[in-house]
Amino acid sequence: MTNLTDLGVKAIRDGVASGAFSAVEVAEAFNANVAAASALNAFIVTTPDHALEAAKQADEARAAGKPAGLMAGVPIGMKDLFATLGVQTTAASHILEGFTPQYESTVSQKLWDAGAGMLGKLNLDQFAMGSSNETSYFGNVISPWRRNDGGNAALAPGGSSGGSSAAIAARLCPAATGTDTGGSIRQPAAFTGIAGIKPTYGRCSRWGIVAFASSLDQAGPMARSVEDCAIMLEAMAGFDPKDSTSLDMPVPAWSTSLNADLRGKKVGIPREYRMDGTDEEILKSWDHGIAWLKDAGAEVVEISLPHTKYALPAYYIVAPAEASSNLARYDGVRYGLRDLPDGAGLQDMYAATRAAGFGDEVKRRILIGTYVLSAGFYDAYYTQAMKVRTLIRRDFDAAFEKCDVILAPTTPTASFPLGDKVDDPLAMYLNDVFSVPASLAGLPAMSVPCGLNKDGLPLGLQLIGNVFDEQGVLNAGLAIEQRAGFTAAPERWW
Amino acid sequence: MSVTREQVAKIAALARINVDEHELDRMVPEFNNLLAWVEQLGDVDTSSVEPMTAVIEQKLRLRADVVDADPLTGGGRRDAILANAPAAEHGFFGVPKVIE
Repeated sequence: MTNLTDLGVKAIRDGVASGAFSAVEVAEAFNANVAAASALNAFIVTTPDHALEAAKQADEARAAGKPAGLMAGVPIGMKDLFATLGVQTTAASHILEGFTPQYESTVSQKLWDAGAGMLGKLNLDQFAMGSSNETSYFGNVISPWRRNDGGNAALAPGGSSGGSSAAIAARLCPAATGTDTGGSIRQPAAFTGIAGIKPTYGRCSRWGIVAFASSLDQAGPMARSVEDCAIMLEAMAGFDPKDSTSLDMPVPAWSTSLNADLRGKKVGIPREYRMDGTDEEILKSWDHGIAWLKDAGAEVVEISLPHTKYALPAYYIVAPAEASSNLARYDGVRYGLRDLPDGAGLQDMYAATRAAGFGDEVKRRILIGTYVLSAGFYDAYYTQAMKVRTLIRRDFDAAFEKCDVILAPTTPTASFPLGDKVDDPLAMYLNDVFSVPASLAGLPAMSVPCGLNKDGLPLGLQLIGNVFDEQGVLNAGLAIEQRAGFTAAPERWW
Repeated sequence: MSVTREQVAKIAALARINVDEHELDRMVPEFNNLLAWVEQLGDVDTSSVEPMTAVIEQKLRLRADVVDADPLTGGGRRDAILANAPAAEHGFFGVPKVIE
């Protein structure tokens, strides 16, 4: 008998549709894995009943001969940044602890409409600010992966979608939602040997997603195969009038148009991504990726993205600036925590509530954002960063005149032990050096697993496409997936 | 550019976040490290560059001029809006004394 929790999105959906097993059996199997994995701390709350109810409906719809949705019978994990009706939504913060949305986010509603069910709300970095899942108020997520040196050091699952990446790698769910502001889907996917795609900015509605930096925030799927990501992205994407930056375009049939034959395609290799300090094994995996894409028929061309080194500092002005504005809403009045010291007035209550409710990294970013937007500094910092952002976008526009898709590493290193970088914010930010440029330019980008390093830890390769060209990204990702033959899974210790 | 302890305290006050002396000790050098690092953006010649205003160029839409065109974002949702308020009273958000 197949182990149901080893199956991915497509295998589950098709198995339910053919009657090989029932959706309820699948939900029960994943619920059991979730319940047995509390050592990973991947979930903030679990919702086994939600998963079972959706599964029952999928089974009943099949019995009644009704057409099945794209995700019919597939239980998934939901990053706890998506508002879910009647289920606590915290953004992994104390200030939103106990917050129970009275509405459903557009993306999660679309997934339920497609027949998916929810296993629980996944842990993350607080307000999606972090690269190691160590800023959550509800504790660190532990990667299911361990180094092959016999040591049991707890490793980072990446961030901010660290609960999502850990849960998928550990077979607690076949797929999960993620959100990506500067790399929060791609970096955790790379750290845990799974795939994940951030679509073009505007493909997935931001309505009902707790806001971090609105000009960068994009939702996307995380799963163990490129095809599963394509299926789930189709279910998540689509125009939403409730999001003013939502793309009013039809959703392509990405999953059924997948094609790993890259003959006639050009793959760009950005020379500025060969940076000092990048791990030798990462550079080697990049060379493998180049060879695989050539083998798939693509022509490889060198390209230049001259402003690459300015992307990360520009990001750390733009994202905190937007965060300081977005997070002004947490005031102890309308929802969430209220800290009202004896005799305090309104202003004192704001300041006490926000001091008690935000973690250190969130405070750090709000303060930086407040500073760069303040009178006298706005032009020197914020306006300059937005001009550099224009130049970064122009770099990509010029590059895509010479190539169809760009191949680069996802991260400069493999996963690192928890605690290694928490005292050095800058070292932590450098994790996103390869992922932030595509975010600033609003481009679709994905990470696919490409192998293990000498420590037995997964590495990922990143594909960046032109605006609206998720298909090109997915196709090149599929070509790599087929040649990398990545089948490694973490050994169960939890 | 670097910031003083007083400036960081002022920024925290502007951001409505109480910080104690101990936190300030930690924050001031962190703040200055970050500012020194982002300073490199000043090396980029942007004299003929417009700041980005939209990641993907598109026209801002107007919604239909209809009351409650979308029931989720329309009116008549008072109880749902107040459901998570820490101190809702009589159909309003409760706040501490605002005037001295």
